[in-house]
Amino acid sequence: MLEIKNLQVSLEEEDKQILKGVDLSIGEGEVHAIMGPNGSGKSTTSYVLSGKDGYEVTDGSAKLNGNDLLDMEPEERAAAGLFLAFQYPVEIPGVGNMTFLRTAVNSQRKARGEDELSAGEFLKVVREKAKALKIDADMLKRPVNVGFSGGEKKRNEILQMAMLEPKMCVLDETDSGLDVDAMKLVAEGVNALRDGKRSFLVITHYQRLLDHIKPDVVHIMANGRIIKSGGPELALEVENNGYADLLEETA
Amino acid sequence: MPATALTELDREITLPAAGVWGTKSRKDALARLTAMGLPNRRDEYWKYTRPETLTSATPTPAAIFDGNDEAPMFDAIDCLQITFIDGVFDADASDDLEMAGVSIERLATAMENDIHWAKDLYGTLETNGQNPVQRPLAALNSATATDGVVIHATGQAAKPVLIRYLHQNETSDAVLHHVIKLDDGAALTVLETGPAAARLNKVMEVDQGNEARFNHVRTQGRDHARRAVTHIFARLATESRFKSFTLTANGVLTRNECIIEITGDDAFAHVAGAALGDGDFHHDDTVFITHDAVNCESRQVFKKVLRNGATGVFQGKILVQPDAQKTDGYQISQALLLDDDSQFLAKPELEIYADDVACSHGSTTGAIDETALFYLRSRGVEKDEAQDLLVLSFLAEAIGEIEDEVLADEIQSRLESWLKRHRS
Repeated sequence: MLEIKNLQVSLEEEDKQILKGVDLSIGEGEVHAIMGPNGSGKSTTSYVLSGKDGYEVTDGSAKLNGNDLLDMEPEERAAAGLFLAFQYPVEIPGVGNMTFLRTAVNSQRKARGEDELSAGEFLKVVREKAKALKIDADMLKRPVNVGFSGGEKKRNEILQMAMLEPKMCVLDETDSGLDVDAMKLVAEGVNALRDGKRSFLVITHYQRLLDHIKPDVVHIMANGRIIKSGGPELALEVENNGYADLLEETA
Repeated sequence: MPATALTELDREITLPAAGVWGTKSRKDALARLTAMGLPNRRDEYWKYTRPETLTSATPTPAAIFDGNDEAPMFDAIDCLQITFIDGVFDADASDDLEMAGVSIERLATAMENDIHWAKDLYGTLETNGQNPVQRPLAALNSATATDGVVIHATGQAAKPVLIRYLHQNETSDAVLHHVIKLDDGAALTVLETGPAAARLNKVMEVDQGNEARFNHVRTQGRDHARRAVTHIFARLATESRFKSFTLTANGVLTRNECIIEITGDDAFAHVAGAALGDGDFHHDDTVFITHDAVNCESRQVFKKVLRNGATGVFQGKILVQPDAQKTDGYQISQALLLDDDSQFLAKPELEIYADDVACSHGSTTGAIDETALFYLRSRGVEKDEAQDLLVLSFLAEAIGEIEDEVLADEIQSRLESWLKRHRS
């Protein structure tokens, strides 16, 4: 599904290398987690994959089902099946959540050469999916993320994911700012999208999210590289011992 | 009447023929104008907008714009329609001036009557509005307006009055003056649309009785080359409500002034505008709201989207007189610059002499939020469309000032079309 090879990335504005050769391979239907201390390059990885400005790829490649992601505009990556759930979802005053969702869904359908959904069809689908995430009609009507609580914003991200039906979902610290109940709700939303084909990359600081979204593989990232990979037990090790031991091991 | 030569004004001013009171009103206005002189660019009030093309004896020719790709503005709304072509009333393209709740006449007709309610109002609010800041082009208008509409609302108007201004002559110079009087408890919506002429000088005086409600929505046409200076003078009595919204998209030069005096308690005045300029576009909103009564509210919400060297100007003032306690004043002026070539010049002012008031004002100039743009694109929305959404998001607060949903939707759809036509 996702093949990242020797990905090296610098900040455009300053001569600073953030990713120093990341290798990552995620198969169909797999859930991978990336953990790591602050500043290790986790979020940068998600931004570079989704095409945010400000980063320069100096070497390496990232392919989604064989298509070169790094060559595409952000909207093309989305149409190709990539989705990034933002750590800090953006507020857009004056644009209704529903309008935004419909524009996004139909833009992707158009890009893939599919017919646009009619207003009626769209409404039916969105209501059903919103209900499962406890997103009420009012939240759908309100401007995108404006006045939403932290939990509502993250649920809204998952609703977008559910509507867009991506092949590869990247969740950037989706657990940050959430209490236990909110995290459970978000995790249930994610788990509902696990269908054996869709793949996930879950970026997190803490092991607790991985209690709810069970990963197949856990990677530890530090200083712009993946320094260790393993099963779910690796996350527990981090939880108990912190990153210090792992960093020493590989130093 | 012969042309009056005025060396002080560097141009001749001809007073159109009118009846007794019309002639007197015009002469008084000319005297006001002569005393203050035409504006020039050394005037503080014209620092950001050059008045030369608005004061010259003849207008700069303006190419006619064909906007047939869109249905006429407000076409779907049931209105009493009045049409001026290049500033000249067109009876064939106008409805009969008959409607329940109001009496409507042409200014030219009203001025022929020796006795008329408009006599005491014509030029009166304009005169009041000359202090503390002089507005010579409004006096010029009162002196030389050839026609206009006078509306006396005695109750709830049966439907909106729509004034359409068509532009068919490349060198037309239109001077129109409307007088609107709302009795206690009366309600009226006035819609205006169109470029009017190569050059338009328009004044609208609105006198509102107690609990009178006036609602105004206008669009200034899509002609690129037209020039316009407009003034709204409003006087608000107790518990009256004034709302005005203007959409300006295109137009090489526009100066819209709105001067409101709140004289009755518990009244409110909301003035808003959205302006979109691409290229040769200079748009100036100049607003002056005087609070002279207790517990009144005023809002000024002005948003401009500028690209390819377009210029936006905002001069807005809230003046709170010593007795105007419990005043709630709000003023926001914001520009979204879509490139580095465009500019926004803002002069927000508060002058407060009462001690128990809540007034706030803000002015910002910014670019498209790159993070929001990336957010939308990451959801699959194409860059152009994502940018349009963010422009609409920026304008939303101004559009939100339009109370009537049908009108707001119509304005919104025009904005969307404009943005689509002006994608980079």
